[in-house]
Amino acid sequence: MFKILERKELAQDIFQLVVEAPRVARSAKPGQFVIVRADEKGERIPLTISDYDVEQGTVSIVIQAIGVSTRKICAVAHGGTLADFAGPLGKPSDFVHEDLEELRHKKLLFIAGGVGTAPVYPQVKWLNERGIKADVIVGAKTAAMHIMTDEMREVAGKLYLTTDDGTVGFHGLVTDQMKELIDSGNRYDEVIAIGPMIMMKFVALATEQYGIKTTVSLNTLMVDGTGMCGACRVTVGGKTVFTCVDGPEFDGHQVDFDEAIRRQGMYRDIEERARKIAEERAAGHKCNIGLDR
Amino acid sequence: MANKIPRVPVREQDPVVRASNFQEVCYGYDVREAQLEASRCLNCKKPRCVENCPVSIKIPDFVMQVLAGDFRKAAEIISMDSSLPSVCGRVCPQEIQCEGACILGIKGEPVAIGKLERFVGDWSLENGGIETVIAPPNGRKVAIVGSGPAGLACATDLAKMGYTVKIFEALHRVGGVLEYGIPEFRLPKDAVVAREVDNVRKLGVEIETDIIVGRTVTIDYLMDEEGYDAVFIGSGAGLPRFMGIPGENLNGVVSANEFLTRSNLMKAYDEEYDTPIYVGSRVVVVGGGNVAMDAVRTAKRLGADAKIVYRRSEKELPARTEEVHHAKEERIDFHMLTNPTEIVPNEKGWVHAIRCIRMELGEPDESGRRSPRPVEGSEFEIECDVVIMALGTSPNPLIAATTPGLETTRWGGVIADEMGTTTRPGVFAGGDVVTGAATVILAMGAGRKAARAIDEYCSKL
Repeated sequence: MFKILERKELAQDIFQLVVEAPRVARSAKPGQFVIVRADEKGERIPLTISDYDVEQGTVSIVIQAIGVSTRKICAVAHGGTLADFAGPLGKPSDFVHEDLEELRHKKLLFIAGGVGTAPVYPQVKWLNERGIKADVIVGAKTAAMHIMTDEMREVAGKLYLTTDDGTVGFHGLVTDQMKELIDSGNRYDEVIAIGPMIMMKFVALATEQYGIKTTVSLNTLMVDGTGMCGACRVTVGGKTVFTCVDGPEFDGHQVDFDEAIRRQGMYRDIEERARKIAEERAAGHKCNIGLDR
Repeated sequence: MANKIPRVPVREQDPVVRASNFQEVCYGYDVREAQLEASRCLNCKKPRCVENCPVSIKIPDFVMQVLAGDFRKAAEIISMDSSLPSVCGRVCPQEIQCEGACILGIKGEPVAIGKLERFVGDWSLENGGIETVIAPPNGRKVAIVGSGPAGLACATDLAKMGYTVKIFEALHRVGGVLEYGIPEFRLPKDAVVAREVDNVRKLGVEIETDIIVGRTVTIDYLMDEEGYDAVFIGSGAGLPRFMGIPGENLNGVVSANEFLTRSNLMKAYDEEYDTPIYVGSRVVVVGGGNVAMDAVRTAKRLGADAKIVYRRSEKELPARTEEVHHAKEERIDFHMLTNPTEIVPNEKGWVHAIRCIRMELGEPDESGRRSPRPVEGSEFEIECDVVIMALGTSPNPLIAATTPGLETTRWGGVIADEMGTTTRPGVFAGGDVVTGAATVILAMGAGRKAARAIDEYCSKL
């Protein structure tokens, strides 16, 4: 059992959980993820690590309540427990192994979309702790959906916010903001994009035009997260790889995003049905035509 | 003198009924049946069955106790060599081990040793288990990686010798392949696996779940920081193989590992659990081993029309005879001498059909089995919604990659000698991580041998 020390609603349906997990905290590196299970009947859900504190022995995750399982995890109260919190999984970000001197000469641009802001934060923070200031673009639908802005501002070089509706920052998509920055003379050696699959696809398409190396972090389906099931397989550079052990970060120009997006929807119908049943059960409705069976 | 009667048949769930539920297929012997079957044993002076048992259970001795009605004594005899009789009685390939060597098998049918072992194991679980003699603590600590058959067997022997033993398990349930791989209808999880694991805990063995060795902790960390004198790696062979044919990443193509993990570990077959599983209405399972049989019979139970596609002939099927027999009773279709060449998509990128080619058997290959070769121009399609690849598994490279000095083979197996000694002092390994995917009992045998090697290593520290 893993205790939740803190639970904060960052935006509507987006929660930050600070979990007591000393072993995970001790080994965690930027770019890695954990597998979380709310209770005995819960699903194993992969979630990227949004922060970790070795001394406190805590690991933070940010999670959006979308389906039955994510709702269950979000519903665990302050002081409550999660059945499982296993990790850190996946490979750390490549730059963790890079020579710091070389890294200091690089200009990095992070692009975060929605809850993708959470996994970007520990990467930017890690670089900041080593005196490297990276620029960050954070996009969301609307001002109220922006998360971790203050924390990010503290560790980022320049921080650019975008919204689809113009309620804060740049009015438009993260890719448009990125193009504007590059076209107005900003030079970037590498782009790291984390967010919805579709956002990463378009970032990668755009950076390909500019010839900028691009890393993406894939949020594929997973069961065990340790290389056993293969649910997370994706095609990168024409080869099938497992996101959980070979990734989650890959060269964005090599990823077959259309396949990845299709594979992500493998259980969408089943999950949609489960979500409806759960909602109706919660509302006290008993299905008479057997949909809950 | 032994009783010259035919082998006592075992009661089983009706095939039509069981093909739509997950309750155990085989009911096992009751007391009367067990004693009757035990009466067939010749109690050979030189028991060939024992020689053929990977953990050398004193088979005639325990069978004689069954005959005499002293089931506790029978359980004590088995427990000297195995901590998992209820598991092994159910999943061992007895026909090529103990029963395959039984002298009665030459002219008739061998003694049903597996069913008798299961009877004794289950009797013991029902009747409070047995007292085990544990040596006083010797002050030495051993870490075990993986709670599958190899790790449990190694932990049992070391705990009895007085070691402080802790098992580190990556998943949330204990048992390794017994939990995620073998289905409930063949090996009940709460009634059998969890209870035999509890018996291992009763020896003082501690088990920590959610620890991925190589990620959460490393072997170096366990030895340097947590003070373990030795480590046993029994992490199994968990990495699924695929064929490398076109269409393998279509929606609806899954590894048998994924399909079975969803159903067994995550209990997707039970609607009370949240994990989804997709079966569609027609399922094709590629492969002929026990895992293929487990997958195809699970698919059938989840309501699909389920088929096996296997490239060799029925004689070469590597699955246990009993599983093939049960699958046939459950009306599973077997397409022998058939090999997939491509998985054909529909317009949305989901599986529409599997294209196969007919095979014929040629000369024996290095495995001694006649190697199949394609019959030109014989391609055809089988329409289906789901394709499950059950082509075998290989060891997870994570531990080797994070343990300096631990050498592996070209295919990722940890290099270890007969006793489990690896290239890294103090680190031992056994089971599927060394041999590649094999059986529960061979893994247990390797775990026991490694326990002896660890004891010898620690006595010199």
